[in-house]
Amino acid sequence: MHIAEGFLPREHAVAWTLAAAPFVVHGVRALTREVRANPESTLLLGASGAFTFVLSALKIPSVTGSCSHPTGTGLGAILFRPPIMAVLGTITLLFQALLLAHGGLTTLGANVFSMAVVGPWAGYGTYRLLRRSGVPLMVAVFFGAFVADLSTYCVTSVQLALAFPDPASGLTGALVKFGGIFAVTQVPLAVSEGLLTVLVMRLLRQSSKGELARLGVLPAADATKGAVVR
Amino acid sequence: MSRNTRINALLLLVVVALAVLPLALGLGEGREEPFAGADAQAETAIAENAPDYEPWFTPLYEPPSGEVESALFSLQAALGAGVLTYYFGLRRGRRQGEERARAGAADDAGAATATPAAADVRADGPAASGE
Repeated sequence: MHIAEGFLPREHAVAWTLAAAPFVVHGVRALTREVRANPESTLLLGASGAFTFVLSALKIPSVTGSCSHPTGTGLGAILFRPPIMAVLGTITLLFQALLLAHGGLTTLGANVFSMAVVGPWAGYGTYRLLRRSGVPLMVAVFFGAFVADLSTYCVTSVQLALAFPDPASGLTGALVKFGGIFAVTQVPLAVSEGLLTVLVMRLLRQSSKGELARLGVLPAADATKGAVVR
Repeated sequence: MSRNTRINALLLLVVVALAVLPLALGLGEGREEPFAGADAQAETAIAENAPDYEPWFTPLYEPPSGEVESALFSLQAALGAGVLTYYFGLRRGRRQGEERARAGAADDAGAATATPAAADVRADGPAASGE
């Protein structure tokens, strides 16, 4: 989903940067507040950022015969809410833009908007909606991560279609074209990301019950049960 | 293997299968460049839609070769994996330490209250068996 350096027209680059900036600024505030209020959460914050680091470095073959990578933003969004994930996602994208020439500074705003803003919010929204309708935790986690991943690539497709409409078929044709490259490729990868996020959440449920309860992922009753075991 | 571990292993197995199947089934065949990155394909598509478009900014730093690039990508994955395993290792160690401390405390407490009784048993024991 990394739009390469210089590959968005200036106006588009500026517009996406302006759109993404408030989310990141708000995220930095939320992150500082979280760390100040719960210094012990720093470790799990680091782990959530690390999950994004690992997943977005893995380019995995897909059914379309091309390769793409998951985003890893669903986990952090479910644990710490999307604003904090906006910061962790931005750090990952910045690392890739500066060291790997993957993505870029001029396209950072657009990439942040898809991977660190829309992805986490869409994933978190899905997760909350499913939880509220009584869906089991791990099923909700799976779909939360799945949606976070897939929606990111849908946004990238829209961003590119807006910037480069098809000469003949216009915006719709371009959407089909970029959607075919990004969104379709991404479906199996989003399934993988969902499964990996469930795996990490299962490990967290074993090792960090108290922390999950404080973050509201597990009900408080589970935590007292866990506290006896801990 | 506990049921928990089996489920975790199964999850990993499915993820691996999802990645390997497209390769095993040869889904990249017939393509100019099998299993190229979607990001690079998007650049090609941009060139088709807007042949006149020139990127107006170039990366400040570009890895000099594919090898260096893949090294940096592995570095990114290794950093992430390192922090993740540090987290889970630390948690596990802490939990074990707490359990041990609690078990130790329980032993101490048990020993403190049980000592007179244990002494009695010991005193009675041989006598009882001697009878």
